[in-house]
Amino acid sequence: MLNIVIPIAFALVSLAFVLSFWRLLRGPDAPDRILALDTLYVNTIALLVLLGIHLGSALYFEAALLIAMMGFVGTVALCKYLLRGDIIE
Amino acid sequence: MIDILLSLLILAGAIFTFIGSLGLARLRDFYTRLHGPTKATTLGVGCLLIASAVYFSVRDEGVSLHEVLVTLFLFITAPVSAHLLAKAALHLKLRSLTPTLKEGDDTPAHL
Repeated sequence: MLNIVIPIAFALVSLAFVLSFWRLLRGPDAPDRILALDTLYVNTIALLVLLGIHLGSALYFEAALLIAMMGFVGTVALCKYLLRGDIIE
Repeated sequence: MIDILLSLLILAGAIFTFIGSLGLARLRDFYTRLHGPTKATTLGVGCLLIASAVYFSVRDEGVSLHEVLVTLFLFITAPVSAHLLAKAALHLKLRSLTPTLKEGDDTPAHL
């Protein structure tokens, strides 16, 4: 059962990647692009977790955790820049 | 039995992730677009992480708690970044489909 479901899940998450990337390239304003980047990193976490289940290796969580932290810090820094014109005041 | 549960969780997670990105690509203004990734995608990734926790707990015969860490972190940070994005969008006065209340008005302009 898992052998059938995991490729389907890979395909769906990859499609999600394509859609977010389209919004990143097109998105009319800066917040749209930041939101697209935010979605891209969350999708990356999903893909890494799927890969971990697929390969049966628990090593990918360190990578997922790092991406979660760095993505959050990046989003906050970009929003802060849009709000204030400066990141560290 | 565990196999069916895992398959359901993985499928639900992947579908919700896809729906979140679909909302991001298809909806028409920024404030509605904010809904897709912040709710649907977070739920989808949460489902995938729970599936992974169950999988490794069953396989290695011990509770696997790495995934709970990622889930917790994601569930705390997603609303914070959404709030900041909404604040940035309001600050830049982005175009909205339905106009919000002007000061002094009781009802929105479109009612």
